[in-house]
Amino acid sequence: MHGLINRSIQCFLQDTYGPPLWRSVAEESGVGGDGFEAMLNYEDRLTDDVLGAACRHLDKSREALLEDMGTYLVSNPRLENLRRLLRFGGSNFLQFLHSLDDLRGRAKLAVDDLDLPDLEVIDDSPVAFRLECRWHWPGSGHLMTGLLRAMADDYGALVLLEVQDARNGVETVVVELLDSAFSEGRSFDLAARAG
Amino acid sequence: MHNNMPISHRAIAQLMPMHVWLTPDGRIRAAGRCFQKLCRDCDLEGRLFTEVFDIRRPRSARSINGLLKADGVQLQLSLIAPPHTTLKGVVVPLEKDGGVLINLSFGIAVVDAVADFGLTLDDFAATDLTVELLYLVEAKAAVMDELRKLNTRLQGARIAAEEQAFTDTLTGLKNRRALEHVTARLQDHGQDFGLMHLDLDYFKAVNDTYGHAAGDHVLQQVAKILVEETRVNDTVVRIGGDEFVLVFEGPIDMKRLDRVAHRIIERLEAPISYDGAQCSVSASIGTTMSSFYQSPDWETMQRDADMALYASKRAGRSRVTLAAIQDRRGQVASG
Repeated sequence: MHGLINRSIQCFLQDTYGPPLWRSVAEESGVGGDGFEAMLNYEDRLTDDVLGAACRHLDKSREALLEDMGTYLVSNPRLENLRRLLRFGGSNFLQFLHSLDDLRGRAKLAVDDLDLPDLEVIDDSPVAFRLECRWHWPGSGHLMTGLLRAMADDYGALVLLEVQDARNGVETVVVELLDSAFSEGRSFDLAARAG
Repeated sequence: MHNNMPISHRAIAQLMPMHVWLTPDGRIRAAGRCFQKLCRDCDLEGRLFTEVFDIRRPRSARSINGLLKADGVQLQLSLIAPPHTTLKGVVVPLEKDGGVLINLSFGIAVVDAVADFGLTLDDFAATDLTVELLYLVEAKAAVMDELRKLNTRLQGARIAAEEQAFTDTLTGLKNRRALEHVTARLQDHGQDFGLMHLDLDYFKAVNDTYGHAAGDHVLQQVAKILVEETRVNDTVVRIGGDEFVLVFEGPIDMKRLDRVAHRIIERLEAPISYDGAQCSVSASIGTTMSSFYQSPDWETMQRDADMALYASKRAGRSRVTLAAIQDRRGQVASG
């Protein structure tokens, strides 16, 4: 698993549950004292061990933890860069949703060895969608559900999300767009801030 | 064949948010939503195009008349008002005296333009790759930032590793840091030991004459000889440049120390070949022994060995001097 993803898991655990929890998880799973390097690659097994240890300590399911992490990735101020990159997908939630088809390609443009889930958006009706997630690693559906929930808030859209059980390695998120302009959402200035 | 395409201005505005439509006398008649943001508070309609833009290329298009005739020509232009943004564009004439249509683009200046004019995603055509470009600029900046952090951490780790290392990387001998450990151990255990300070003679001449690569080679050969002439338990340290410290542990007497020192000098004086050159060095040595002192302390012994070494240098080099000890036992030794 790419260091960027491992590092995200580390930051999520540190920021959400505090450094002591991360230290226990790192020690149990055999991650070095400095944690993950964002620009290096690691064995998938290590990522599994980290998540497994975190689930045990927090008494949470892997699914719930990944969903919380998806939300964290968009809503934590420390990861404002990532939120901005996602907002480049479109000027409203619907455009953003459709841009997810390109997410993997966009990520590869920036970091060519970053392997994000392969996403496909299927329009069932103008307000009902299915997001099909294919990945070498289970949990992408829950990760995307958390991320979509936070992005809907970001755009000010009101959505209903539900993950279906994985079938043939495909994890599907059912998205119902109830109101695309439910609240004001957060601002997005196309120009990057100085600094 | 009929190939006139009927198209409304509304459709043009959809396709080209950065277009501007000029009347036959070169005034701005209408423009796309993105173009309108170029002049934040003013109304561009009715103004002469050449009053708003400085057309840099081609020179023939600098006047209104020239511009109106520039069919299919690529333009390079810049805003006359601050921030003097540069743009590129293409001009096409419209039929039936409809004036001209110019489509503009920011080119590489787009990153600044987005900030200067407060542009949004919707200001660009859906087919325009500008948004992808902006995305890449930010993504690359974030990646570079991570890489810079990684490099800084690796650099820090390298420095820390070097500081912790006990080996002199050029010669494979122990380094000054290792010597501190050895002396601390000897002092703790209170066992007898001999100390030798060695400084190469004529080494600077080798460096100056044959270059640093030759000098490095000589240092490596010297190190080899020093290791061969000492026992496993002895410690050979390169404390810097062409200076070495040798610590002889275990039973050792003045005579043996002197014999070893002379043999080292003898072997060092054999020319060392490097790349066809014969490099000749020798050594000046100062020695002392812990048994000379009532309570041997390292610093005093080092100073005495050092003084003995300089006595060797002053006496003409290539020789061994045993430290003259103003010892409490009243024993004065010199060699």
